[in-house]
Amino acid sequence: MQMLGMGQAVNQALREEMQRDSRIFLAGEGIGVGIHDSPMMPTYGLLEAFGPERVKDTPVSEAAIAGLAVGAAAGGLRPVVEVMFNPFFTLASDMIVNHAAKLRYLSGGKTSFPLVVRIKSGAGFGAGCQHSHNLEAWVAHCPGLKVVMPATPADAKGLLKSAIRDDNPVVFIEDMGLYFAPAEVPEGDYSIPIGKADIKRPGTDVTLVTWSKMLGVAMKAADQLACEGVDVEIVDLRTLTPLDTETILSSVRKTGRLVVLHEANRTGGFGGEIAALVMEQAFDALKAPLRRVTGPDIPVPASPPLERFYIPDAGQVIAAIKELL
Amino acid sequence: MSISTQTKLDMLRAMLLARQFEETLTELCRQPGKIHGMMILATGQEAVGAGVCAALSPEDVILTNHRSHHHLLARGADPKALMAEIFGRRTGCNKGKSGTLHLAVPEVNALCTTTIVGGGFPIATGLGFAQQYQKQEAVTVCFFGDGATSEGSFHEALNLAGLWRLPVIFVCENNGYAAAQSYAEHTPVESLAARADAYGMPGECVDGNDAPSVLEATRRARERALAGDGPTLIECMTYRWRGHGETDPQHYQPAEEIAAWKARCPIARLSGSLRTSGELSDAELEDLRASAAAIVTEAVRFAEESPWPEPEEALDDVWAE
Repeated sequence: MQMLGMGQAVNQALREEMQRDSRIFLAGEGIGVGIHDSPMMPTYGLLEAFGPERVKDTPVSEAAIAGLAVGAAAGGLRPVVEVMFNPFFTLASDMIVNHAAKLRYLSGGKTSFPLVVRIKSGAGFGAGCQHSHNLEAWVAHCPGLKVVMPATPADAKGLLKSAIRDDNPVVFIEDMGLYFAPAEVPEGDYSIPIGKADIKRPGTDVTLVTWSKMLGVAMKAADQLACEGVDVEIVDLRTLTPLDTETILSSVRKTGRLVVLHEANRTGGFGGEIAALVMEQAFDALKAPLRRVTGPDIPVPASPPLERFYIPDAGQVIAAIKELL
Repeated sequence: MSISTQTKLDMLRAMLLARQFEETLTELCRQPGKIHGMMILATGQEAVGAGVCAALSPEDVILTNHRSHHHLLARGADPKALMAEIFGRRTGCNKGKSGTLHLAVPEVNALCTTTIVGGGFPIATGLGFAQQYQKQEAVTVCFFGDGATSEGSFHEALNLAGLWRLPVIFVCENNGYAAAQSYAEHTPVESLAARADAYGMPGECVDGNDAPSVLEATRRARERALAGDGPTLIECMTYRWRGHGETDPQHYQPAEEIAAWKARCPIARLSGSLRTSGELSDAELEDLRASAAAIVTEAVRFAEESPWPEPEEALDDVWAE
């Protein structure tokens, strides 16, 4: 099987979907000719393959890029636009939050907005907090948006295809750290349904819910705990909204213990939503209080030791799980 | 291109309908319990909606804002469905989800309406891009007020539209006020049309109370857009007779200023010129007025007799299946 980074997997999904459907076009800052040009990046080579009519380099105008997607979707196209770094989402947010998410509802269901906003996210690049700030909880809080956050290249390819084919606006968040971690990706066309979590590691003692890049941290922690006889079940959400509550609840009912792991900072993070879900619907199954392992409530710092301090690691996950046993 | 008598009469009919529709809403707002929520009217600005829409083809798309009734009615939206929506009834064009502020009427290619001031600019750019991409013989009209030009989205969207030569007509309805701020209090330059230069598109300032002038400017802009020459900014000088909304006491609008603009009523202007030229008799004008009144009376009756939505219908229409 081919080994691809997540950027390459996204690239393959875009390429195959654009070949399938001429209504799809791409727009963003530097997606054709860019400052981050590399074969590992998601839009590499697409300008050459599909031409400037379908691969649109835009001015530095996040609101216009997002609005372009909203209007073009209303006008019959299927836009896939890119936000270069997650914090820049704030500049595009009016178009995504007030328009993409709400205009269908405001029309009484008469219009639809089939668009994908790809957001590059994640700490770990020493870029500091205006380039690294995971805001998935903000978008997950907006009814009308689907929020997808894949953890593996194979999932990214299949989920992006579903996102592009979905008639609703989808926010598709890619952690850039995963661009440089090749893994097996199936060849050819396949899709993975939005709204389905995936048990990446079955286990019996504790449920570890996570998503995106933190899956790797979760796996590392689970491997170490396995040596100590603790059997961790890892639930990779893949989609935050709509949330696969059934997979989470049935896992917790089996293990009786829950740890939620995410890179975003704690307060108002999506981990709180998972915790509330379990407290409301599976409280009687819990053998111990649940735990959250998250980034601290600070902006992401730039200096390597400070940034490493920010990003949750396997040691913190192991410590949290041991508190529950 | 000259303007036919038929087109002039169509514009007059659209203006009379919008005026009747909105004056009725003013009356209804005074009756407790009739209408829930905000009421934002364009009374006195009818020539903009009528003039622009008279220049359009059915395939063209319009994108309007919070002051939308005259645009939508001129475009041919069903007055009954609009009124029922304003009344919050399930027979409304948006099943009670939008109310008066966000009326979307895809049936007349008013695909969406936004009340985020300045929200229309980037979306209009996207709609225009879709027309260009699909090689459609169609343009997008984006209606907005003078206040919206202070939003950052104005710059981003007009820059992109100019850069990509998108078939968009940006129609500024300069009614002299952005909420409670007069034009001079919110903008340091005399002409908004002049801002077009900054985006590589022509800007034109027209008398927004003269429907034929608005029509002709829109025709020119539309021809440019269809020829691939890109967007145009049209500034229509008009005036907001009412407050920002119906609960606004208008303390900041001088009475003599309002009176002076009422003396320049766009309906009196067009009907007067049609009578002078012999294209319209007094009796015909009365017939047009009576017809507009009957349509609005019927719309109100329809709205009042329509059922409320069931509360649980609030859950519908978030997602496309």
